[in-house]
Amino acid sequence: MNIEIANLHFTYPTGVQALRGVSLTIGSGEQVAIVGQNGAGKTTLVKHLNGLLQPTSGSVRIGDWETREHAVAKLARRVGYVFQNPDEQLFSKNVATEVAFGPRNLGFSDEQIQALIQDALVMTELSNKTETNPYDLSPTWRKMVALASVIAMDTPIVIFDEPTTGQDAANIARIANVIKTLRERGKTVITITHDIDFCAENFERVLAMSQGQVLLDGPANEVLGQEEVLATTYVDPPQLTRLGKKLGFKETVRNQEEFLAGLKKKDA
Amino acid sequence: MAVVKLQNVTYKYPLTDTTALQNINLQVNEGEFVAIVGPNGAGKSTLCYTIAGFVPHFFKGELTGTVEVAGNESSKSNLHDWVLNVGLAFQNPFNQISGAKYTVYEEIAFGLENIGLPRDEMKERVGDVMTLTGISDLADRSPYSLSGGQQQRVALASILVMQPKVLVLDEPTSQMDPIGTREVFGVIRTMAEKGMTVILVEHKVEWIANFADRVIALYDGQILLEGKPQEVLTSDVLMDKGFGISRYTSVARKAKGLGLWTRDSLPVTLDEAVEGFKIG
Repeated sequence: MNIEIANLHFTYPTGVQALRGVSLTIGSGEQVAIVGQNGAGKTTLVKHLNGLLQPTSGSVRIGDWETREHAVAKLARRVGYVFQNPDEQLFSKNVATEVAFGPRNLGFSDEQIQALIQDALVMTELSNKTETNPYDLSPTWRKMVALASVIAMDTPIVIFDEPTTGQDAANIARIANVIKTLRERGKTVITITHDIDFCAENFERVLAMSQGQVLLDGPANEVLGQEEVLATTYVDPPQLTRLGKKLGFKETVRNQEEFLAGLKKKDA
Repeated sequence: MAVVKLQNVTYKYPLTDTTALQNINLQVNEGEFVAIVGPNGAGKSTLCYTIAGFVPHFFKGELTGTVEVAGNESSKSNLHDWVLNVGLAFQNPFNQISGAKYTVYEEIAFGLENIGLPRDEMKERVGDVMTLTGISDLADRSPYSLSGGQQQRVALASILVMQPKVLVLDEPTSQMDPIGTREVFGVIRTMAEKGMTVILVEHKVEWIANFADRVIALYDGQILLEGKPQEVLTSDVLMDKGFGISRYTSVARKAKGLGLWTRDSLPVTLDEAVEGFKIG
């Protein structure tokens, strides 16, 4: 299911022009990271994908659905959205009920619902916490509950807004694992992130935004290697990319394997 | 001279069986910049609350051992006096905003109003601190209308304006983009250079390695390691326990195994990595 965004403009009621002509296509099963400074329009853009915002002009299509012609509740069948702050989306008395809420509302059968819940709980490592009140969990685990409740809706497209903010290394690894599993299942994953190392290690396509427009869009290595252009939207290249550059590597590297390969090549 | 002194500090939150802090012994000298690292649940925020007097004055629970700041003991002092010595910027800025004020300007002045500072001095301090933290243009906004990163700047400003002896910061840039992070670390460094004692909880280890005098690794409510940033942050022990590790450290560790890193010590920062890899 493709996402087609054509000449999208959006102006907030305050007069702020948050998006100024964004056009792009995201193919079925792609993994895309969106980077850029605060206020670049990243969250405004993804809120158009599930209809939370409607274009001031231009259009957004999710498969054959034009977002302005469908209610948010209906778009929720195709696009799942994990908020930056889990506390903005959690409200149930225990984890199991919270995770069940989404699939129940989408009208799955009881059997399907049970299977979806189990699957989401296993993926997020929450199986032993089903009876716990989400607010008795640490913020790290609350984040996983937020992920699980969206994953359980089994949408073809999943959006994560800043999934690693405030998370420790162990939980960042868990979140990377969830994204990997979704990729293997052919889901489209779109992630907004300031964590450029996380972006480099988990995404094949990177979109850099600045002042309501797409500044760069392409394969991760191509985008992350453009230090000067990224600097205009206050993005530093990943640590290993910077290190490779400083050591005079010819190719852009973005993870451990690529860096070590570059190092061997240089020595040879 | 030690300005913060914790002796055998053990703490349990109310209605819990597990100890959030266990037998902590810690001294921080005047003007020292100490960073605290640890996975979530290690007790970092609880340690901040304890130094800042929220434990035991706000969070009741069971506290044993002694906590001293500037020669006063927290269990024998009241929170009103305590906040004059220690300022804490919360991990979640939303929890810190008073809710009593309509504008950022008033929010920042709130603490000073409570200690009855003369109006002129109050205006001067608030103006200065807003410039320092880069939020002058937000003066008339409601604190609740701001982004997470902007709220964190307001939270930091409302602490700095009190000019505490000891500044305790619990992940002050967690919701900021890289430019915001750089600016805020710049402010913190300036305060440290002016002689303020800084205790900083932070996951971004590259910044810590550049700034801190000493690093404390907290795990399961206990001090696991402490020492110079480079020593602590490259320790093998941290790898297995879910601590944040610099990519430079982990790649050099791998390279060392392959004979591509020859130094004994591992890098934390870009400069250390460049230097080490250039040699081969």
